[in-house]
Amino acid sequence: MWFPVSLNLKKPVNSKFTQQELPACKPILSPGWVITTFAFIGLIFIPVGLASLFASQRVVEIVDRYDVACVPEHLQDDKLAYIQNSTVDKTCTRKLKVPRLMRSPIFIYYELENFYQNHRRYVKSRSDKQLRSREGESDTESCSPEAKTSNGSVIVPCGLIAWSMFNDTYGFSINSKVLDVNKKDIAWNSDKYHKFGSDVYPKNFQSGPFIGGGKLNSSIPLSEQEDLIVWMRTAALPTFRKLYGKIEVDLEPNEEIMVTIHNNYNTYSFGGKKRLVLSTTSWIGGKNDFLGMAYLTFGGLSLLIAATFILIHLIRPRSLGDPSYLSWNKNPAGYSN
Amino acid sequence: MARPGRRRDKLRWSKLYTFSCVRPAVLLDTENPPSLQGPGSPASYPSNYISTTKYNIITFLPKALFEQFRRVANIYFLLAAILSLTPVAPFSAVSMIAPLCFVVGLSMAKEALEDWRRFVQDMKVNSRKVSIHKGGGKFAYKPWQTIRVGDIVKVEKDQFFPADLLLMSSSYDDGICYVETMNLDGETNLKVKRCLEATLPLDDNTAFQDFSAIIRCEDPNPNLYSFVGNFEYDQQVFALDPSQILLRDSKLRNTSYVFGVAIFTGHDSKVMQNATSSPSKRSRIEKKMDQIIYILFTLLVLISLISSIGFAVKTKYGMPEWWYLQPLRTTNLFDPSQPALSGIFHLVTALILYGYLLPISLYVSIELVKVLQAMFINQDIQMYDEETGKPAQARTSNLNEELGQVDTILSDKTGTLTCNQMDFLKCSIAGVSYGIGSSEVEIAAAKQMASEISGAHERVSSSQNPWENNAFRTSEIELESGITCKIDKVRKSAVKGFIFEDNRLMEGNWSKEASADVILLFFRILALCHTAIPEANEETGSFNYESESPDEGAFLVAAREFGFEFCKRTQSSVFVRERHSSSHPIEREFKVLNILEFNSKRKRMSVIVRDESDQILLLCKGADSIIFDKLSKNGRIYEEETCKHLCEYGEAGLRTLALAYRKLEESEYSAWNTEFLKVKTTIGPERDALLENMADLMERDLILVGATAVEDKLQKGVAQCIDKLAQAGLKIWVLTGDKMETAINIGFACSLLRQGMKQICISTTTADQNISLQITNASQMIKLEKDPHAAFALIIDGKTLSYALEEDMRYAFLNLAVDCASVICCRVSPKQKAMVTRLVKEGTGKTTLAIGDGANDVGMIQEADIGVGISGVEGMQAVMASDFSIAQFRFLERLLVVHGHWCYKRIAQMICYFFYKNIAFGLTLFYFEAYTGFSGQSVYDDWYMLLFNVILTSLPVISLGVFEQDVSSEVCLQFPALYQQGPKNLFFDWYRILGWMANGIYSSLAIFFLSINIFYNQAFRAGGQTADMIALTMSHFTWIQHLFVWGSVATWYLFLLGYGITSPLYSRNAYKILIEALAPAPSTGSVNPLDHHVIQEIKYYGKDVEDRHMWTRERSKARQETKIGFSARVDAKIRQLKGKLQKKYSSMGVLQSA
Repeated sequence: MWFPVSLNLKKPVNSKFTQQELPACKPILSPGWVITTFAFIGLIFIPVGLASLFASQRVVEIVDRYDVACVPEHLQDDKLAYIQNSTVDKTCTRKLKVPRLMRSPIFIYYELENFYQNHRRYVKSRSDKQLRSREGESDTESCSPEAKTSNGSVIVPCGLIAWSMFNDTYGFSINSKVLDVNKKDIAWNSDKYHKFGSDVYPKNFQSGPFIGGGKLNSSIPLSEQEDLIVWMRTAALPTFRKLYGKIEVDLEPNEEIMVTIHNNYNTYSFGGKKRLVLSTTSWIGGKNDFLGMAYLTFGGLSLLIAATFILIHLIRPRSLGDPSYLSWNKNPAGYSN
Repeated sequence: MARPGRRRDKLRWSKLYTFSCVRPAVLLDTENPPSLQGPGSPASYPSNYISTTKYNIITFLPKALFEQFRRVANIYFLLAAILSLTPVAPFSAVSMIAPLCFVVGLSMAKEALEDWRRFVQDMKVNSRKVSIHKGGGKFAYKPWQTIRVGDIVKVEKDQFFPADLLLMSSSYDDGICYVETMNLDGETNLKVKRCLEATLPLDDNTAFQDFSAIIRCEDPNPNLYSFVGNFEYDQQVFALDPSQILLRDSKLRNTSYVFGVAIFTGHDSKVMQNATSSPSKRSRIEKKMDQIIYILFTLLVLISLISSIGFAVKTKYGMPEWWYLQPLRTTNLFDPSQPALSGIFHLVTALILYGYLLPISLYVSIELVKVLQAMFINQDIQMYDEETGKPAQARTSNLNEELGQVDTILSDKTGTLTCNQMDFLKCSIAGVSYGIGSSEVEIAAAKQMASEISGAHERVSSSQNPWENNAFRTSEIELESGITCKIDKVRKSAVKGFIFEDNRLMEGNWSKEASADVILLFFRILALCHTAIPEANEETGSFNYESESPDEGAFLVAAREFGFEFCKRTQSSVFVRERHSSSHPIEREFKVLNILEFNSKRKRMSVIVRDESDQILLLCKGADSIIFDKLSKNGRIYEEETCKHLCEYGEAGLRTLALAYRKLEESEYSAWNTEFLKVKTTIGPERDALLENMADLMERDLILVGATAVEDKLQKGVAQCIDKLAQAGLKIWVLTGDKMETAINIGFACSLLRQGMKQICISTTTADQNISLQITNASQMIKLEKDPHAAFALIIDGKTLSYALEEDMRYAFLNLAVDCASVICCRVSPKQKAMVTRLVKEGTGKTTLAIGDGANDVGMIQEADIGVGISGVEGMQAVMASDFSIAQFRFLERLLVVHGHWCYKRIAQMICYFFYKNIAFGLTLFYFEAYTGFSGQSVYDDWYMLLFNVILTSLPVISLGVFEQDVSSEVCLQFPALYQQGPKNLFFDWYRILGWMANGIYSSLAIFFLSINIFYNQAFRAGGQTADMIALTMSHFTWIQHLFVWGSVATWYLFLLGYGITSPLYSRNAYKILIEALAPAPSTGSVNPLDHHVIQEIKYYGKDVEDRHMWTRERSKARQETKIGFSARVDAKIRQLKGKLQKKYSSMGVLQSA
């Protein structure tokens, strides 16, 4: 650009914004401020931590691992054969003792361990389009290898996730009196109403040579198959819990619950564990001591840091804005005159 | 052309000029013409349309895309986007392609906008109007772009030439014209061009009615000073040379109009041929940023490898058991029987997956931030020049932060430091110095001294900016030297070019002085010895002068004010209206017999005139050194006194010339003149030497009359600016095309030099050996110097420099130059300027900034890391080549110390932050892999990831990059030493970068494992549903936004709400903890606070208000130890005074004890 062109330039606007003089706060980490902040955070966090720890402690949780116990003695050596044998009766009974009063609602979870629901091959193997509406039925591209039956007709719901649906069932009774398990509203509403269509019915499901997990009633639309919906929301970690149902009566202490388990699901081939969990909730959710501990730890740390700073400040105070810290004052050779 | 100046157009300058004009037309031997191409058809020449745009509509897309994908990171993202179409990709294709399109699109939009601006500028030039012959002797105004080769063009006074023209005729009878080539070579002297004798009669519009001729000439080339061609007209062939060529972008001066034929148009013109595309510059920080990107790449490859090995192992041993994955019905990607192959596929997946370690939006964010920063620079009202109406302008935005790291400034002199406007200030006549006005240097010094003396005897107040201090404006101060100088509140500048003040000479009082006859002669020399042309000014009734150099103009104005008004010039005479005392003015005629004009080699000019009493006089003015050599024995009466005065003037920063005369006998002159005329008409290479000899014969045995002192006015605020820049620790080199004396004067004027500084002058005595010896000696001398206050100044001229820049000597020279406080290179060519710049840039490895205003500075501006153009004056070439343009040199201080400092910190922190956030984010993906059997599943949702990088986390960082101010602009200016944080690179050294990275790793660990533990297996909502993958996602990273900009949090939640997954209730818990996890901020309670921390603290506590004394003391100390600049000068003076005082005391003590 080689021209003596006078560029048409305007006079700058004289405003606080253009001159970069907007009012600003410049927080300075002065010792007083820092110590106060830390102390304050500590004082807030410790009660919060105590409260959540307390809340977590109030949550009553019964965990029962049944995958080994439910295999008959003589079959313990080859659990895989047991589970794959469809002729064997898989019913098994467990007795659970209520340690403390459990107020309703009591949530029933199943917990799987060492199950990679987050494996990429697994997570990808579903078709949201197909699940959402009937029009997307043939959209099974992503579902491989569980997309179509051997004769080429589409599977609804397709994919490995649905195919491997958990199918153990639990029945509860106290003193031979059956406890009702409410299996409604165990899935997220957004899933029920937006992600799983009410006009989508299972089709050709579990009809292939390999049977994965549970089967579905093909007369009920997907949006009402809440077990499936829960299962389809893949877990982030290889150990996970999923909601099975709710018991809507209080359980008295020391009551003994009879659980009738249909132990159908195969976790034996990969050494996974199965647990049944009964839990109440509190305002922090389920039982989670970690949150309270974390609050306590950081609250404590904050207080400790505050105390340390107070000590440092008392022993070796650095007066703020002390010019002797300026680089040209620190270096004696810097400016001599 | 009914203009008042028409009459003077009758002048035949060529008869008078000695060196430049008279050159008889050479009739070429037609039998043996040089082999030159004849004219082609007009269609085969380019039109005069010029385009400097990078792209056009068709080439934009491919070219701009190519530019974008030259960046390594972008290529990576492109590959990733392509691979995302295959099943290897861990993400959906759109989430890979969309951000890339966004980022690349944004950059390209910026390119397009910039190119559009260039296009508009081109259009402005192309559509300028010029008068073109349209046939039949009629001329009409048409846009420049319509000019074709062979068109006759009429250019009027002060217009630019639209193409390279062959001069046909001018408004002067002898066909000369004056051309200002400042845009081409930066020389302010007017050049004389002269047409061929043959085309002289074509001086009227109608003359071109049936004009036809053939021009054969060389092919277009970039050589400005040569031209080969011939001109066939009327069956005769004439040789053409450069003196007939008017180059595009030079300007017609002092000539009413010229006619010319376009010979090179558009891109063929010499100036366009010279145009080199300015090299694209990248800032140091950006270069380092690339290295960081490479580091991250390495990290990326490393964790990808770890992850794919993990995957292969898991696939081989774990997968066959995972029936729910149907391991027997799988593809290559997850084949347990071929774990190695799957591992390789997974490597690709992992490389894409962990790509979030590389900030895709970094480049585009930086570009955006820089554009906004540039906008703030453009908008700074304190860098807006009211006079010219020009604001500062960041022409390229990619060097903003480099402004904060400058180490050496290389400055042009004329037009940059000085205004190139001369004011007649003092003179010495017959050994008496006249003129009581003070130069700017003296005034500044006096003010400083005044504030010193009154400011108690302590050093404390010495730092008070003398220019802020009004208390002593009008006080009369005795300077140490004994000169009483009165400081006027406002210097009188009623007459442009004349600030002389002395009643002894004014109002005709001079005739009462002792040596009135010498004074008369002095004034006559001023009024006669020049080549200017008077132009009546109808408003004031006096005359303005069109002179070749501003010095000359100042002399004529001075003569006018003294009562010797040069009023008319005819072919042979100069008329001067003389007004002795208060009597009526008498018009006197002086017949001009010869002019021996000025050139830089002769350094003098003489006229030979015959006055009304038939006395022939040779009047001469020139550089003192030259004149003193040529004095006759009895002409040296005033030599000693004049010499002393010249020294004083020089010290006061003035330009000096000595004036002398010689009386000639009629016989002596006529003998010389016949010989001279003979020489004048000789042809051949020896002509110049012969002419010079003849001139030498005449210019001898001179009688010294006196000397003049002209102030080459420094631009406003230059001295203060240099002072501040020196305090900020910057080194300043002056590279000037001017002669050594002038350069030294200016050095004094702007305090780069001072009395008592040891000047090392390195000059040639032809031998190469000598220079290296001089350099070694000088280096030795500096090494042996014991006094810590000793300052050295290196002064070197262009010829010597050409030796010093040779391969074997350049580093010795550079080392010497670096040891010196000031470096002044004089008489340097534009190319040498660029070479010196390169030497400094490459030799010291530090950031250089070149500042200049003329085309001669273009090389240096392009070569330096940062080029700054002064946009105050007419020539825009320097500005066009520059990265930043400012209207005045003094704005450089604010540009560097305030904007540079801010931009440096902003960009440095922003980049660090980008890397930090991406490491923190990217690594969580990696940790998660361990939980998914390294299957390449991402923990975050595709769209979240996409928006995370491009929008969600960019905004806070961008706002940091645009608005962050560590200290306010006032503090920046008051503590210039803060600037050193940039050159020392405190905010972007590896220590700090790695610190940020480590912090990123730490953050990622904290975030990931805290989240995992908090959400592990707990009932998540009131309804008791457990958390899934996306819930985990959601809580991540909210704290970043919380930490920085609340607005972004709102965006974040809006995004989440829009995504419609869950209530954000729980994220609160998470982020509080996470903030806390990171709370032990690095700087709290640290033992070694950085300077700006301390200053922030001082400001914060209002200590500056309470304790003025401390504040000013620190301000004074906050200067880098400097040996140049005004403050240093004052310090030196004070040391000197103290030394004297001490001596006095001690000698008194000795006396007493005795």
